[in-house]
Amino acid sequence: MAIKLEPRGEIAKGMIYGSPLVAVAATLVSGLVLFAILGVNPVEALFTFFISPISTLDGWAELFVKATPLVLISVGLSFGFQANVWNIGAEGQLTIGALAGGGLALLFFEVQSIFLLPAMMIAGVLGGMAWAAIPAYLKTKYNTNEILTSLMLVYVGLLVLSYLIHGPWKAPDSLNFPESRLFHGSATLPIFVSETRLHIGWLVAIAVVLTGWILIARHIIGFQVKVVGMAPMAARFAGFSEKKVIWMTLMISGGAAGLAGMIEVSGPIGQIVPVISPGYGFTAIIVAFLGRLHPLGVLFASMLMALTYLGGDAAQIDMSLPNAVTGVFQGMLLFYLLAADVLVKYRIRVVSKEPVILKTEAVE
Amino acid sequence: MTPESLTLAVLTIITASTPLVFAAVGEIVVEKSGVLNLGVEGMMIMGAIAAFAVGVTTGSSALAILFGAFAGLTMAFIFGVLTLNLLANQVATGLALTLFGLGLSALIGHSFVGKTFPGLPKLDIPIISEIPVIGPLVFGLDILVYMSIASVFFVGWFLNKTRWGLLVRAVGENHSAAHAIGHPVVFVRMMAIIFGGAMAGLGGAYLSLAYTPLWVEDMTAGRGWIALALVVFASWRPGRAFLGAYLFGGVTIIQLHAQGFGFAVAPQFMSMIPYLATIVVLVIISRDADRSRLNAPACLGMTFRSSD
Repeated sequence: MAIKLEPRGEIAKGMIYGSPLVAVAATLVSGLVLFAILGVNPVEALFTFFISPISTLDGWAELFVKATPLVLISVGLSFGFQANVWNIGAEGQLTIGALAGGGLALLFFEVQSIFLLPAMMIAGVLGGMAWAAIPAYLKTKYNTNEILTSLMLVYVGLLVLSYLIHGPWKAPDSLNFPESRLFHGSATLPIFVSETRLHIGWLVAIAVVLTGWILIARHIIGFQVKVVGMAPMAARFAGFSEKKVIWMTLMISGGAAGLAGMIEVSGPIGQIVPVISPGYGFTAIIVAFLGRLHPLGVLFASMLMALTYLGGDAAQIDMSLPNAVTGVFQGMLLFYLLAADVLVKYRIRVVSKEPVILKTEAVE
Repeated sequence: MTPESLTLAVLTIITASTPLVFAAVGEIVVEKSGVLNLGVEGMMIMGAIAAFAVGVTTGSSALAILFGAFAGLTMAFIFGVLTLNLLANQVATGLALTLFGLGLSALIGHSFVGKTFPGLPKLDIPIISEIPVIGPLVFGLDILVYMSIASVFFVGWFLNKTRWGLLVRAVGENHSAAHAIGHPVVFVRMMAIIFGGAMAGLGGAYLSLAYTPLWVEDMTAGRGWIALALVVFASWRPGRAFLGAYLFGGVTIIQLHAQGFGFAVAPQFMSMIPYLATIVVLVIISRDADRSRLNAPACLGMTFRSSD
């Protein structure tokens, strides 16, 4: 007896959407085991982690606040991942986008204008793009692996943030705290559900989802991206420039990450602080896969992932569990997803190792 | 510079380089077998916390080292099952390994924050270890440093002079051909992967037991990724990986000492140097596309599924 993978004739459509559900279920079961090992009541812990954060209106608002950067970044990453362009430095692009957008807010600290926020958004996008342009340039010009260069630039970006916040951008009245000045009214994102922190960044994220959906499903950009990823040879014969696709996908993902950074500093944070993101740039990689590299799927996956952040906080406050549990859940989820994805292309057969008598079959 | 301060500087370079030597040499074997495991960072950090936790709890350096290696090995085994048996994408699985490792290590490490480990015992041969400069640098190091140097020679010998090493390389160059003549591709790759994992675990163990003998979240700080870059830099040769690792160790230490020499640069800019140096090195190595293709194992990163 042996277990064998047998290729399906065609991709199982049902499993494409079924495997994320299998992965979520497996993660929840593993979560029960994990909590039991940590010595807490597993059912109570799961409830605290996944249900209690969204049992109030305010909880839902927080969910959308946390999902906003994830949606933005992972929609962008989906383009690159479909084309086999692995930008894993979104965290760095987010940081530089936040600095570019937030820098503008500090520069025009005396100015109250309705043009300030749009300008900050553009600056954020450009900042993220500029940071992503480095791996794009090195990849297209020198054939340098974009995985390693984009990741190295995360550390560099975080150090730039640390330098600015400890030095030139430190608020004059902040004593010794490394923080910038608080952004004023016209540099912070308006709230659109009163009594909550839900800001219009969420609407921007929805708009990006719709734009991304159109681009990937209906536009030539999406088509080129998919062909380059699935059949590089065919793309070459069709005359699609691989370099153009590398640039395009890195600009899209870098710009989206930069926008996410700007939205974080001008939305829920309201100033530049030493830690802008709790690893959104890396979590977005999981979100992109969980959402099947499709903008709409990414939207739902982002909300689930945002829930793990809220759950981690709730578990820390209510049950004094370390909020690193969040990272464990996120990692496990990706593992299970990758494992379950085998069912998309293959079916599992149990075959006997006994010698089989060959039957004559008509050759097709 | 006095002989004492020179000795001290070289010693710090050795401690900064050793984790990179372990991780890079291990990853060379993995990649030679045709597998790209991007989870080095995750395996290293798990090695670091496992070694530290066991070291602090039991007080035994030997057990700590053993568990560090074992933690890396276990992580690598997960990677192996996913990519070899379940045919998952190697890039995505490697990333998952890193994210999972960073999360799980933080969870385990939560109760070990603030504790310290006395450090690894140093080799101490009477008289010989007291010779100025050479004594402490050659005969006064801890066991992991000697192991890292031995691993360079061992892997070089294994890959080039043994039948099994040839098999590893054959599987990495052309898995279909190796399979066709009856070699167990999946088994060979699994062995290479778990060897790489154990080595990354040892690298992590060195970080938390000797380099900074305490636990800090995310203490690997990108070293796993730098090790991956070193493999490319070294053209998949252990000797060159060793040189590369020491070059990087040197850069790290210069950065630490630069302020002592009176450079008035913000510390953040000095801390960027290892990461920027990695990028520069990658550009120099990969700009000649034909040459980098020549050195890379032909089946690197490709999924293998046996047809029977």
